Amino acid sequence: MDANLNSFVQNFFNSLSLGGLYALIAVGYTMVYGILRLINFAHGDIFMMGTYFAFYAITLFLLPWWLGFLVAICITGLLGYSIEKIAYRPLRNAPRISSLITAIGVSFFLESFAVVVFGGIPKSFNVYPKFFSEMLVMGKIRIPILTFITIIVTAFLFLFLWVLLYKTKTGLAMRAIAVDIPTTSLMGANVNNVISITFIVGSSFAAVAGILWAMKYPQVQPYMGFTPGLKAFIAAVIGGIGSIQGAIVGGFLLGFLEIMIVGFFPGLAGYRDVFAYVTLVIILMFRPTGIFKVYSEQKV
Amino acid sequence: MKKLSFKVNLILTIVFLIGVYFFLANANIFGDYWSRIITLIAIYGIMAISYTLVNGITGIFSLGQAGFIAIGAYTSALLTLSIQQKEMSFFIQPLIWPLNSIQIGFFPATIIGGLVAAFFAFLIGYPSLRLTGDYFAIATLAFAEIIRILIQNSYGLTNGTLGLKGISSYTTVWWAWGWLLVTVIVIGSLKFSSYGRALRAISEDPVAAKVMGIDVFRHQMMAFVISGFFAGVSGSLYAHWITTLDPRPASLGVMLTFYVLIMIVIGGLGSISGAIIGAIFFAFVSQWLRMFESNVNFFGFTIPGVPGMSMLMLSAIFILVMIFWRRGVMGKSELSWQSMYNFFKKRVGDENG
Amino acid sequence: MKKIFFVFLMGLIVFSALSFSEEVVKIGAALPMTGGIASFGEMVYQGIEIANQMFPTVLGMKVQIILADNRSDKTEAANVISRLINLNGVVGILGEVASSNTMAGGAIAEKAGVPLLSPASTNPLVTQGKQFVSRVCFIDPFQGHVAAVFALKNLKAKTAAVFTDVAQDYSVGLSNFFIKDFTAGGGTVYKEYYQSGDQDFSAQLTDALSHNPDVIYISGYYPEIALMAKQARQLGYTGPFLAGDGAEAPELIKIGGSAVNGLYYTSHFNADHPATKMGEEFVAKYESIYHTPPSALAALGFDTYLVMLNAIERAGSTDPAKINAAIRSTKNFEGATGYITIGDDGNAVKSAVINEVVNGQFTYVTTINP
Repeated sequence: MDANLNSFVQNFFNSLSLGGLYALIAVGYTMVYGILRLINFAHGDIFMMGTYFAFYAITLFLLPWWLGFLVAICITGLLGYSIEKIAYRPLRNAPRISSLITAIGVSFFLESFAVVVFGGIPKSFNVYPKFFSEMLVMGKIRIPILTFITIIVTAFLFLFLWVLLYKTKTGLAMRAIAVDIPTTSLMGANVNNVISITFIVGSSFAAVAGILWAMKYPQVQPYMGFTPGLKAFIAAVIGGIGSIQGAIVGGFLLGFLEIMIVGFFPGLAGYRDVFAYVTLVIILMFRPTGIFKVYSEQKV
Repeated sequence: MKKLSFKVNLILTIVFLIGVYFFLANANIFGDYWSRIITLIAIYGIMAISYTLVNGITGIFSLGQAGFIAIGAYTSALLTLSIQQKEMSFFIQPLIWPLNSIQIGFFPATIIGGLVAAFFAFLIGYPSLRLTGDYFAIATLAFAEIIRILIQNSYGLTNGTLGLKGISSYTTVWWAWGWLLVTVIVIGSLKFSSYGRALRAISEDPVAAKVMGIDVFRHQMMAFVISGFFAGVSGSLYAHWITTLDPRPASLGVMLTFYVLIMIVIGGLGSISGAIIGAIFFAFVSQWLRMFESNVNFFGFTIPGVPGMSMLMLSAIFILVMIFWRRGVMGKSELSWQSMYNFFKKRVGDENG
Repeated sequence: MKKIFFVFLMGLIVFSALSFSEEVVKIGAALPMTGGIASFGEMVYQGIEIANQMFPTVLGMKVQIILADNRSDKTEAANVISRLINLNGVVGILGEVASSNTMAGGAIAEKAGVPLLSPASTNPLVTQGKQFVSRVCFIDPFQGHVAAVFALKNLKAKTAAVFTDVAQDYSVGLSNFFIKDFTAGGGTVYKEYYQSGDQDFSAQLTDALSHNPDVIYISGYYPEIALMAKQARQLGYTGPFLAGDGAEAPELIKIGGSAVNGLYYTSHFNADHPATKMGEEFVAKYESIYHTPPSALAALGFDTYLVMLNAIERAGSTDPAKINAAIRSTKNFEGATGYITIGDDGNAVKSAVINEVVNGQFTYVTTINP
């Protein structure tokens, strides 16, 4: 009984941290979808690039770890901005399918780029002070300090996001554009700028998630963004694509689902990813708009 | 401009087919490697045509093609593998009955592979086609991944992550191109029939089509299932070309769907000849670009190879096509004698002033 | 604009044609240069390059090594063999590394009648029933036996938690052989499973540690071993780890950090105790270039090249069939990893070395002879 309680507590905190990471990435997906109705398939790879930027900032440019992380987050934001400007903006008035296909192409491009430039060999991300790898020991319960750091950082970033969206003019414009682009631009908002800011914020969040992820699973390789990206996307859909609360709730939900199920049924470890997809399918069948409905389905 | 008569069209087509026949019969001249590539082109062609039927002609954006290809590949491979090979490969969990004691020929195995894939297309289409646009894409993606993960974990059925190897390489130039011909005829007839016109109407505007009395759901379902069948067939051909199957994401996952997507986008969404052109382009370019991955000797200098370069260039080309040339080579229309005649007549006409 | 493009295209075509016009002996190298086990490919290739530098010609012709990356993937593994044989026209191929990949590629080499010589694939099925696939290393029944004996005698272990990578034939085979001999020696075994590419092993480790094993045996590859060791230490495990030759790569220590201290593994070679004079030469050459001792895989890569060259010499021709016959009759050839004799079954009988990670260094422990 004691062992079970210990495992449960460990798994609980583990779920919070994994869920936080999914939520951070999911928010980026949902913000872009809210504004452009585009599923930015490249988002998972932006997460990957952020991690590599941090890695090289510290190992190649020899910046102290906190500065390296900061620089990486900024550069990733810039990357998101560039991708929007170069690949998505020219297609803004084209059929939606074209942007979707282009996003797939960008994702593919980023992965290949990482293989060629960074090398296909996985690198170890041991670029931060040992403190982060320490464990908090409370009797028989051992929880990595990183878990708490992840939870705190995630909470802080979501607070920041809330302030941005509800207490600033830019945030107001972002929410308005999510409803109707032409009207908002008539109202005087610079649509292109707001869209760029959305991408910058989403990509920066993804970079933070990437750094935290690499601290937890210290192996960095070009395809590392694929599965977390897909799962975060599923989280966003489950929560209701277009809704930021939805992305956050969806992220934590998915994190819990994944860890708890494998915790209670270790034999199902191989099927770990399936639960995300199955949940997705169920949601799509019965409530496609997700938990926090934003868009109604087109009915005639 | 003169319109070519039916007779001229027929003669040109027959001459063309005879030309293709001779080309294929002598494919070995180019060496074993190139005849392998020529076979691969036909396999890619079938994948592309089946995919363009759904994404292009019917206008519903599916991301699940890899799932059906995988089903076709595994089903047919499990049926054609010899019994000793199965015993040797399945050493975590023995293969279930009756698969562990039957072995059938290539042709029936391919047909069954296609049928099983079509069956799954039916199962998946039924709930998914209720969804629109992006949601449909997400749903098909999810189903394809579920299929792949199930294959990856069912050691008793598919040998799980160990995969299948030692599959006999039955796919020759003839089998591949033969099936390609069948695919072109079937889906071509579909496209130019009343069903095809209905599909195009649905792809333009589903609401208007419904108002006109077209049963949108039934038509989309039919296209989806037929596409599933041919995807399964292509999977079987592919399995017997590459001789090993690995259910991990890199080979039978979403990446495969993306590759086929690249083919049909470059060739032109909705065009059958475009799909074949896209397949040819993809096969050649991805093999040719591999050249940059190993050291190249140029007049005594060795230029070091960069692994992964081929994929980088391919994705860059893809993005450029999407931004600057979205309609692809053929757009929605088909390559026909009439269009080529018009094309050449126009150029000659221009030059003569 | 169109003209420039056309000229550029023609240029590229001419360029690619010219690249294939020298009189050389072409030998292929099919290795994982990218992907999950890319470290292995890199190390083997280092060995091959050094060997090529030291012995650049055979039968009076220059040797050209054509490298093909199998991306650590089974389907690519089959593809690259086909490319090397049909497009590049190689007379023999060095590779592949992972047993699964060599099996996949071996089927193609077998059909084409071109010899495939593996530096490090240890699963017995790799050569079983094949005429054209051989190896310069020992096989897993022996390796599993060595590990079991070491665990029982040296580590005095009575219970072992055995972690198997179900995506790799190598791991599945090696685990089986270890379990057979360990239980025959009186030990108890608890089995856990994972897959290449997994990053989180907390579920399996928590289960394994609940049985208080004396040793944790991991028969897979270094990326997962490193992460597993880290997570096991985090869960409070202080005992030894035992692994197969799939553990040896610099990344093991880079990723695993202090967690992998106390990891023992069976291997083919240790730079501090080379078994032959050729081995000493190789270590010296390697250290002069890379300033660090060579790994077992580099030494094996080196030997694979030498054995192939030796076979071509003895065959006196570049006919693949003759080269293959010569490979299979290699006797007491002095390689860096020992004296290599390849039997009719394509396998080499060699001694195993046990290394341990001590303070972040691969350190020699002992040699076990067959």
